[in-house]
Amino acid sequence: MARTFTEAAIAGIGQTEFSKASGRSELQLAAECAKAACDDAGISPHDIDGMITFTIDNSDEVNLARCLGVKDLAYTTRIPGGGAAAAATIYQAMAMVNAGLCNNVLIWRAMNERSQYRFGQNPQAQQMSYQSGNGTGSLLWCVPYGAMTPASWGALQAQRYMHKYGVTNRDLGYIAVQQRQYAANNPNAWFYGKPITLEDHQNSKWIQEPWLRLLDCCQESDGGVAILVTSLERARDLKQKPVRILGATQSIPYNVEVISNYYHDDLTVMPEAQGVAKRLWKQTGLRPSDMQAAMIYDAFTPHVLLQLEAFGFCKPGEAAGFVKSGGMALDGALPTNTHGGLTGEAYIHGMNSMAEGVRQIRGTSPNQVQRVQNVLVSSGMAGAILAKD
Amino acid sequence: MTTPTDTPAAPAAPKPTRIAPIVTLDAKSFWEAADQEKFIGQKCGDCGLFTFPPRPMCPKCFSLKREDVELSGKGTVHAWTIPRHPHPFGFRESPIVAVIQLEEGTRIVSNVVGVAYDQIQQDMAVEVAFEPTMNNHKVPVFKPAAK
Repeated sequence: MARTFTEAAIAGIGQTEFSKASGRSELQLAAECAKAACDDAGISPHDIDGMITFTIDNSDEVNLARCLGVKDLAYTTRIPGGGAAAAATIYQAMAMVNAGLCNNVLIWRAMNERSQYRFGQNPQAQQMSYQSGNGTGSLLWCVPYGAMTPASWGALQAQRYMHKYGVTNRDLGYIAVQQRQYAANNPNAWFYGKPITLEDHQNSKWIQEPWLRLLDCCQESDGGVAILVTSLERARDLKQKPVRILGATQSIPYNVEVISNYYHDDLTVMPEAQGVAKRLWKQTGLRPSDMQAAMIYDAFTPHVLLQLEAFGFCKPGEAAGFVKSGGMALDGALPTNTHGGLTGEAYIHGMNSMAEGVRQIRGTSPNQVQRVQNVLVSSGMAGAILAKD
Repeated sequence: MTTPTDTPAAPAAPKPTRIAPIVTLDAKSFWEAADQEKFIGQKCGDCGLFTFPPRPMCPKCFSLKREDVELSGKGTVHAWTIPRHPHPFGFRESPIVAVIQLEEGTRIVSNVVGVAYDQIQQDMAVEVAFEPTMNNHKVPVFKPAAK
């Protein structure tokens, strides 16, 4: 590939089943979803020449390349910040293709996060330990105080916002109900065929009182998701309709960190998502009203509200009302997390939400939005706009 | 001269079960001061900026001269939650976890102690106290400010 600016596109997506006990190694999950993404695109895994995953992924590049028979890897990189890396993988793949450095970039995230280790447990009994780049800074300053789980850090991050705008836990229930409705219609979702009511939400146990109940929290899942990024030109000759990466970016403003994000000026906003939004709208010349759907990282329900506001879909403090009036529904202003989100489909660290963005552009979502041109995918600290060719 | 007494010796205080902090080199002086029941903060030795979490360089003037100064220990409850499930390891009852906005302008995650669950209030005034952890350490916590 010549070192000239090359437009990037997503040519393939692949995934394993989403479960609570995969019964096989994370490396095998990675290999299976990677192969599926290559098959989807119609390229040989041998021709992968770039590989991207999360710093926190346990599979080694070389071990995975050995499974896939990758002939000559030209670029490998990993992205910090736990799930915040999700959309950033697309960002970096785009940049690698744009720069003319790679032809076939494989993105993967595969984990036995339910059966092998659990993010949702006290750190005393698990492998989780402080490592730079893994978004585990919270362990240093929170654990001695009993804030030991992502839900505790997330609740503390969202609480002042909820207090300021009078958002109650019942208000969050509308997000959970909508996403479970989507999941109920998605055969790949763990909660396929299992919708919930607002009362189910209100009857679920407190995880963080009085802010988050069980049904406000993402699942703990086993599974893998892979995405294959190539040039737009090449994607046009492959099996699927190309999904253009119109824009993508990352934003980590001063004093912002992943989830234990308590040190920046105003805790009622998400500055990283505001930064992503600002750059994305500038890159693409598009506006919130140009998006026909959005996939928004929903480790915990309030963070959907904070991102809806950061991207300008709602004014500050108005996202809860937007959701309550059906804004996230298929016939709403912004169908959001149409696969069921990380609460309804599975928690593959946000990568399954990226794949759903691709399906919406292709027109193959189980909850397909009509007349889609552009879809926003966001993982808080990173975002991308996917578009029809 | 001691007087014999019939009252039995007070039972030994139960062993602390709170997890001790992970101590990195950049935060060592903070936790060591806490062991001595001193609540310190990091202040730039050149421009006077207070920073938290501790770091080796001032983000404003890039000075490496960091001063550890005793803070007032006064602040307000900026955000709070009560972890219920899974039950936090090392706590008999769920603690109130809070982001404390300190008088000096920085924030720290801690506990609010001595307050019933239904008495916790946004922005309530608190002041520092100390609680023991496993392995003979102490951590700063916050109690309602004396009137």
